[in-house]
Amino acid sequence: FLGAGGGNDIQWCFSQVKGAVDDDVAEADIISTVEFNHSGELLATGDKGGRVVIFQQEQENKTQSHSRGEYNVYSTFQSHEPEFDYLKSLEIEEKINKIRWLPQKNAAQFLLSTNDKTIKLWKISERDKRPEGYNLKEEDGRYRDPTTVTTLRVPVFRPMDLMVEASPRRIFANAHTYHINSISINSDYETYLSADDLRINLWHLEITDRSFNIVDIKPANMEELTEVITAAEFHPNSCNTFVYSSSKGTIRLCDMRASALCDRHSKLFEEPEDPSNRSFFSEIISSISDVKFSHSGRYMMTRDYLSVKIWDLNMENRPVETYQVHEYLRSKLCSLYENDCIFDKFECCWNGSDIVMTGSYNNFFRMFDRNTKRDITLEASRENNKPRTILKPRKVCASGKRKKDEISVDSLDFNKKILHTAWHPKENIIAVATTNNLYIFQDKMN
Amino acid sequence: IVLPGCASARLKGSPPASLFFQDAQEKGSVTPERAEEAKLKAKYPNLGQKPGGSDFLMKRLQKGQKYFDSGDYNMAKAKMKNKQLPSAGPDKNLVTGDHIPTPQDLPQRKSSLVTSKLAG
Repeated sequence: FLGAGGGNDIQWCFSQVKGAVDDDVAEADIISTVEFNHSGELLATGDKGGRVVIFQQEQENKTQSHSRGEYNVYSTFQSHEPEFDYLKSLEIEEKINKIRWLPQKNAAQFLLSTNDKTIKLWKISERDKRPEGYNLKEEDGRYRDPTTVTTLRVPVFRPMDLMVEASPRRIFANAHTYHINSISINSDYETYLSADDLRINLWHLEITDRSFNIVDIKPANMEELTEVITAAEFHPNSCNTFVYSSSKGTIRLCDMRASALCDRHSKLFEEPEDPSNRSFFSEIISSISDVKFSHSGRYMMTRDYLSVKIWDLNMENRPVETYQVHEYLRSKLCSLYENDCIFDKFECCWNGSDIVMTGSYNNFFRMFDRNTKRDITLEASRENNKPRTILKPRKVCASGKRKKDEISVDSLDFNKKILHTAWHPKENIIAVATTNNLYIFQDKMN
Repeated sequence: IVLPGCASARLKGSPPASLFFQDAQEKGSVTPERAEEAKLKAKYPNLGQKPGGSDFLMKRLQKGQKYFDSGDYNMAKAKMKNKQLPSAGPDKNLVTGDHIPTPQDLPQRKSSLVTSKLAG
């Protein structure tokens, strides 16, 4: 539960920050995705330079019972490279749009990473022993003169310094004409979907030369284009069900049992709009930038420019809850349109089914507790750098007299956006990405 | 404020044709959104005039499109002979009709050879 004070409230403390301190940020260092694996032991980030960095949580130290294990670098690799499609005169960015982990089946870890056009399955495996005592090779690899071999021995495995290797096991390419915005692994752990602006494809993790198109909203005449797909996700428990959101603020739920091509939705979630409130900005700010199911699968959350909405899958005509992230921006829409900020795509995440989190500007991020209806604004900043220092709640002053410790809307730094956040699947540990730094916060343990 | 690295998903001056400006003074009280809309219309009077499909969406779909035709380029060079080729304006990402992209206009694409600073 959130808020300052009270017995059951979460008190968030700074734990770690990763990345460079300097203000001059290279494009390649801009973080583009953050994702915990299913156990929470691993935390992956992707950046605009096509690189993936994976952090691993240290095993809990019995002597340091006041804090959970720290996250340290486990593996880093170049996932995607920039490409140029000469046939279409199209530049393909190496930026990693999404990373999704597969559940662990054996000693190795697997994740899917995608840029605008190509999805890759990466295997991350550990090597902590190597064979020694070959008969025909020296320890440095040179071959021995066979005539010098007088006895035979059996090579044995001896421990070595841990090496973590990442290798691409599958490359799923050439299936998307438009830019991939989402990937989602099915609860059957065999298939996954990839969604671009106009189409959604279904893949089998083992098969790279074929994918099934399951949604196609491309109009016959492109002049009639009115909306695009912005995000898609499989239901956490029903392997036949997925949802996709649109730039018009609607969410469609589809059942793959109904037909091969799911162009007709099973459910359409849309909040009716008050026509008298409609403005030039209405459609733009209603565009959904992220959709996430709750862990139970009963609810889903959507993020549009100014709010987070919780939908009950059983009710299509309106959300059950709406939380304002930064309502004070509604009277700044003109300048936010001019500087393109109105098109920023914020993500959101769940803690189980109770608390939701999303980012904002000025390196602020927000949490909403569905049960207590309380909300909190926190800041990811190097100023709160001491471990176990409880983060101070922040407040933006929308109008009128600014109180001490409040920040006025006009002082907000719109260059400092928190678009990507992630919540550990089991514990109160959160990862918050600023432009080029990754912050890890955890709740205060007593 | 101009932000670096912003993937501009819209074309200035071309919003969805379905939206039309209404006089903010029609209603008794002006909502914040309508007030902002009036501000925008005051700055860009041509906003909302263009008919046809949504340019926002078209621009989003065309992200990454960089046109360079070596044939066009060489023909233009031959035509111009000693004259200077028109070079790209300040916004290199917006390729307009008259301008013929030169190899210099295409940004160099190099992969990151440096390890991420997150791993440092």
